[in-house]
Amino acid sequence: MASSITIENVHAAYGSVRVIHDVSMTVNAGETVALLGTNGNGKSTLMKCVMGIVKPAAGRIVAEIDGVKHDLVGMSTERIVDLGIALVPEGRRLFPKLTVEENLLLGAFRPTARAKIKENMTFCFEAFPRLAERRKQLAGSMSGGEQQMLALARALMLSPRILLVDEPSVGLAPLLVARTIDAIKQLKDHYQLTVLMAEQNFTQAIRIADRGYVIVHGKIAFEGGSAAELNNNDLIRQFYLGM
Amino acid sequence: MVKFSLIAVAVGVALLLGAHWVSVDYLYFATYTILQFVVLATAWNILGGYCGYVNFGSAAFFALGAYSSVFLHKAFPLPVPLLIVVGGIVSGIVGLGMGYLTLRLRGSFFAIATLALAVVLATLVVNWDYVGGSRGAYIIRPESIDILGLKITYIEYLFALMLALTVIALIAARAIERSQLGFGFATIRDDELAAEACGVPTLKLKLIATTLSGAFMGMAGAPFPYYIGYLQPSSAFGLEYAVNSIAMPMIGGTTSWVGPLVGAILLGTAQQYATVTISSAVNLLIVGLMLVAFVIIAPNGIVGLVQERLRARRRQ
Repeated sequence: MASSITIENVHAAYGSVRVIHDVSMTVNAGETVALLGTNGNGKSTLMKCVMGIVKPAAGRIVAEIDGVKHDLVGMSTERIVDLGIALVPEGRRLFPKLTVEENLLLGAFRPTARAKIKENMTFCFEAFPRLAERRKQLAGSMSGGEQQMLALARALMLSPRILLVDEPSVGLAPLLVARTIDAIKQLKDHYQLTVLMAEQNFTQAIRIADRGYVIVHGKIAFEGGSAAELNNNDLIRQFYLGM
Repeated sequence: MVKFSLIAVAVGVALLLGAHWVSVDYLYFATYTILQFVVLATAWNILGGYCGYVNFGSAAFFALGAYSSVFLHKAFPLPVPLLIVVGGIVSGIVGLGMGYLTLRLRGSFFAIATLALAVVLATLVVNWDYVGGSRGAYIIRPESIDILGLKITYIEYLFALMLALTVIALIAARAIERSQLGFGFATIRDDELAAEACGVPTLKLKLIATTLSGAFMGMAGAPFPYYIGYLQPSSAFGLEYAVNSIAMPMIGGTTSWVGPLVGAILLGTAQQYATVTISSAVNLLIVGLMLVAFVIIAPNGIVGLVQERLRARRRQ
């Protein structure tokens, strides 16, 4: 059951401001790939391109879901979600005035996901017991860490094959960042997901990543074939960690 | 849902019988206007309240309904209930078209675009002689009408139609609110990006909202020429429709179907009262003052205020 994403020579711009220049990358089936880079380098934009929220100016994005290839460019976001690609947006973007349970139900808005609503909800509550305790609480009144758990759980309600996680560490205390990253790893193993994770927090991200790309000013500056390779690279030390 | 519809119809019939029993022409004239604002406010709220897209062009949709009636009155006369349907279809189509053109704009850009639509349509009507142009159009309504052998005055007939339309609009609004559609609308209002990430088909839902909202506004406008007798562009595209259909849901509360109903009855009655006792010119002043007062005292409208009180009491 292979699900992968191939991004080929993608360019993207907001109006006349070019944000992504000729980016190519692949996320192979069953891999966790980290997209590393500091703020404003185009990580989120690339994620949005995959989801069809931002339309790339040029290039191809192909998702292979269970052996069937789909060209994502030009497809509407809801169709992409239907294919089994889910995004955990940056800054969590929960519906603060809805309860935890309602947020999860919204995750299953698509007809395909509605069929498995009970099963997925049970799993989400098992994976995150804290959410079960707070199911009737308003999402906006929870702590940042709990909100991030909910954002992950909401994406899982779609029974995705490919999970895109945009900056899971934003606004979280270091301990919670580590927990969130662990949770992503657990979910990936349980669901046999293919994960693309955009992250600023280099050390945390490469703990669970199989491979990684470093994006600088909208270009792939370095491609690391393994976590070790990323860790020991001089370029990264210079550009990214400032050492 | 069925239960609510039955109750709403029953209340409508009771109002109709009550009004028939009193049978004062002024009462029909006054309540017609209030009901018309209930429909307008409810229609505005489908897009503005549920989806969070502020429409300043309500007058355009209302006038479109009114002018499609004027056009048909001259071209091939139809009974008023059919004119309401036609007005709804015309305004619904324009709503859909406007949605396609403008819904990629968010926030204030969308509001400006709707305002522009009103200006463009007003200009078109002013320069279209067949429907009266800037001179306006006279529609002489019959004195009375026979329905099922019953002879009733024409104004009572219009009142009954507007009452029926109000009941339909309220049932529709409540049904939307509690459906998957309403759930989708609420996600668009709260966070459009998150909604998209959840796979909510946001563009499609927004187009449904503009179409429904426009259609109900057009339906509210369709019988208007018969009511007023003389329709001119400046009254059909009047500021009061745009302002009232925003102010009424805001004052009542935008998150539920009750809000526009309460707001329209409150503001509409106050305006009718002021028209008789002071002058019709103070109407907009009243709206403005109440809007300012409510933004300060109860930003979530009357419904929000009541909900807050109830919640506070439960906590005690």
